[in-house]
Amino acid sequence: MGEHGNGDPKDSGAVIKAGEGESGKYAIDNPGLPPHRPRLADESEKVAKGAERVVSVLFLLSIIGTVVFFVGYFAIGQTEGDLQLLRVQNTLLGVGVAFAMLGIGLGVVHWAKTLMPDHEMVEDRKPLRKETEREEAETIINDVLDESQIKRRPLLRNTMIGAALLAPLPFIVTLRDLDRSEDFGVERMRHSMWDEGVHLVRDPSGTRIRASDLTVGTAMHVIPENLRTISSHGERLSEKAKAVTLVMRMNPEDIETVSEGRENWSHDGIIACSKVCTHVGCPVALYERHTHHLLCPCHQSTFDAANEFKVVFGPAGRPLPQLPITVDEEGYLIARSDFTEPVGPTYWERGNTDPEGDYAS
Amino acid sequence: MSATKEKYTEEQYLEVDQYQPKTGGGRIANYVDTRVGGTSIVREFGRKVFPDHWTFMFGEVALYSFVILILSGTFLTFWFDPSMATTRYSGSYAPLQGLEMSTAYATALELSFDVRGGLFMRQLHHWAALLFVAAMSIHMLRVFFTGAFRKPRELNWVVGASLLILGLGAGFTGYSLPDEVLSGNGLRIIDGMLKALPVVGTYISFFLFGGEFPGSEVIPRLYVMHIMVLPAMILLLIAIHLFLVVTHKHTQYPGPGRTERNVVGYPVGPVYAAKAGGFFFIVFGILALISGTFQINALWNYGPYDPSPVQAGAQPDWYIGPFEGVLRLMPGYLGDFSLEWVIPTPWGGNSLAMPVLIPMIPVALIFLGMFVWPWIESWITKDTKERHLLDRPRNAPTRTAFGVAIVTNYMIMWGMGSNDLIATHFQLSLNDITYWSRVLFFLGPVIAYILTKRICLSLQRKDRETALHGDEAGVIQVSADGGFSEKHRRLDDYELWTLVSYDSPEPTPAQPNAKGKITLLEKFRARLNRAFYEDRVAPVSREEYLEALEHDHHEPEELPASGVGAIESRDH
Repeated sequence: MGEHGNGDPKDSGAVIKAGEGESGKYAIDNPGLPPHRPRLADESEKVAKGAERVVSVLFLLSIIGTVVFFVGYFAIGQTEGDLQLLRVQNTLLGVGVAFAMLGIGLGVVHWAKTLMPDHEMVEDRKPLRKETEREEAETIINDVLDESQIKRRPLLRNTMIGAALLAPLPFIVTLRDLDRSEDFGVERMRHSMWDEGVHLVRDPSGTRIRASDLTVGTAMHVIPENLRTISSHGERLSEKAKAVTLVMRMNPEDIETVSEGRENWSHDGIIACSKVCTHVGCPVALYERHTHHLLCPCHQSTFDAANEFKVVFGPAGRPLPQLPITVDEEGYLIARSDFTEPVGPTYWERGNTDPEGDYAS
Repeated sequence: MSATKEKYTEEQYLEVDQYQPKTGGGRIANYVDTRVGGTSIVREFGRKVFPDHWTFMFGEVALYSFVILILSGTFLTFWFDPSMATTRYSGSYAPLQGLEMSTAYATALELSFDVRGGLFMRQLHHWAALLFVAAMSIHMLRVFFTGAFRKPRELNWVVGASLLILGLGAGFTGYSLPDEVLSGNGLRIIDGMLKALPVVGTYISFFLFGGEFPGSEVIPRLYVMHIMVLPAMILLLIAIHLFLVVTHKHTQYPGPGRTERNVVGYPVGPVYAAKAGGFFFIVFGILALISGTFQINALWNYGPYDPSPVQAGAQPDWYIGPFEGVLRLMPGYLGDFSLEWVIPTPWGGNSLAMPVLIPMIPVALIFLGMFVWPWIESWITKDTKERHLLDRPRNAPTRTAFGVAIVTNYMIMWGMGSNDLIATHFQLSLNDITYWSRVLFFLGPVIAYILTKRICLSLQRKDRETALHGDEAGVIQVSADGGFSEKHRRLDDYELWTLVSYDSPEPTPAQPNAKGKITLLEKFRARLNRAFYEDRVAPVSREEYLEALEHDHHEPEELPASGVGAIESRDH
């Protein structure tokens, strides 16, 4: 609200009508709108002409902007994967549209501010409802209800409510087939493609890994060899989302904790764990070789590889599941079994999975 | 009932055809009028008055960005195919050629590289989405801090809050569509959060993904939500929102000539229409400029979605920040004690992923609180009047302080969404930032509340001071005995009115109900009411003002200073 905007040359709006309940309430009474001060353009045709020219120049700029867009579109043409050229084209298109739009926008706003009437107007607020109208509406509603007899016949009303509550159910039930998989249910979440004797292979080349390929301090992510047998892309990704595993090698003496039953889960300092974070499932992608810490870049859960991947920081509430591994007679890394607990984020039915339990067999 | 309906005469029916338009415009108007009754629309809207203030602009920005989203989004649908069927990329971006990927990602790349202007439209769509949510958020803050949600606008506030949530939903579903590594990991997080929900969570995840994550169903499903269901709902709610704005007429800031009974502003035709219409092009222009010069979501860098890779330092779109941040804030263990609980049951136990569930609580509370706040406040204050004049935020110190406290809490969660980037940019320890943020999460809002309330009360005192004694005029006077003092200039009535015309109710004690009993609930309400109104600065009363005027006449230095002894400060 510029000062110029105040007041109306004809009616200053200064008259506050009776019944507004404000008189005497505050330190002074509402003084009404301040008097209107005309702009330069209101008084001098020369200034007004100048404003008109500014607006026209802005509209002309808009036209130039549209031309710039066409230059970017046609003169550059297809960019054929050339990133530099694509950037230039994108900039020309963007700047062209920007000028085309800003020219119109700024022009119209300047026009409104300099040449259109600049005084505010006063309008009464309508009461949201009149008492008589409300009464009339109430009568109509009551008449309608009476004529329908819904109040007099509760049997009608109750059966109708019952029917109306049940009728939408079929449409909810039809959503059941949103998941049509054959192995529907929570049981499938307990198993991955790992199994006894499945080779650990590189991703994406699929080559097997000799224990001797891994030097102390290295870490890599691996997949089960049989993952490549799944032909469907979606299914393969779903299996991969459970099976993806990190394998790393450290000095055997750096491994601090080996709990009972896990003595033969590693091979000469080579240990493997699920790459899927136990928090909400991001890939635990960063390995810090000096501290043996694994870090999930999504929410920074940090796991200690030397202590069976226990959580040392962040929001994860469980260690990463460890994959029992060994080597076959040719020296290639293989799994001893599947993971002994469900991998990935916790779900309601996960329950108390006993790592030494029998479901892993 | 038909008795109450108006009766029309034969002449009134015949009158419709008698009007003979003279100009071309008149003929068009007449054509429309005789068919749809256009004159009533012109009469209603042609000179309808809209109050003007820069803070009323944010809602407009949100509306305009939504229009731009519809326009650019429609363009994108012509090329984008949301299928998760496998294809080998053969487009013109060399580094990805020959790679196996979903059709969704391949067509998103095609849009970026092989459709001229496709990259520009994608960036425009993305930037407009960011602006859409930002503008809605700031608009909501404006409405909150000025008390514009009060009677009769409570329901429109709820419509607005629903629009914000729908906007977040539309944003996230859109973000997930290209099916590259970044958005895939976003979906992975959603999957993890869904699975944490007790009893139903696992199955919701199954039904969303059509099996186990990620499967080959989710992208088309999100696409339908993104281009049909959510935009349709947003459009419908926008229509209701605007209809209610017209019904209520816009609020206005207190000021001279403005009352609870009137509305002061510019008429739609021509000034308001020109300003608002021009503003659409300005918003469009600025978004186009940003989209042409700032790259966003360069999805060719990420590669097709695969559950194994992830980028360090990946950030969600800004409005997802608080949801992401609060997840990062939550510790999974307290000492050696895991917060992940197993409830022993006969069938082997059920898991409660508290490290994921607890962070949902503050976010849920903030959004729930947002919906019910108008009723909470009017219950506490017992204010049942219609309010068309806005509060200056300082004149509602408790509400303002409470709002700032919530915003502080939200901002701490939001900042934590980028804790890794803060750590790398400022060379700080990620762990320290997280520990401190856990403290600030609780302490920050308290500090913000106390500070804001004090600042509001101080500003109110300053207003009183100015109302009673005027502005500092920048004129230093020397009295006869050598003392220096600054001259004060009295405000004119127009300036004064804004400073003195507010209400500052005193706390109301608990009221007995119809049976004459004071219920426990009423006692609680009275305590909240006291907390709400206890700290108050009363506006200048008429007596005080008259006394101050009286005082002026006894102070010689307040008389017009001329000549000797007055030093005009040139800076002022």
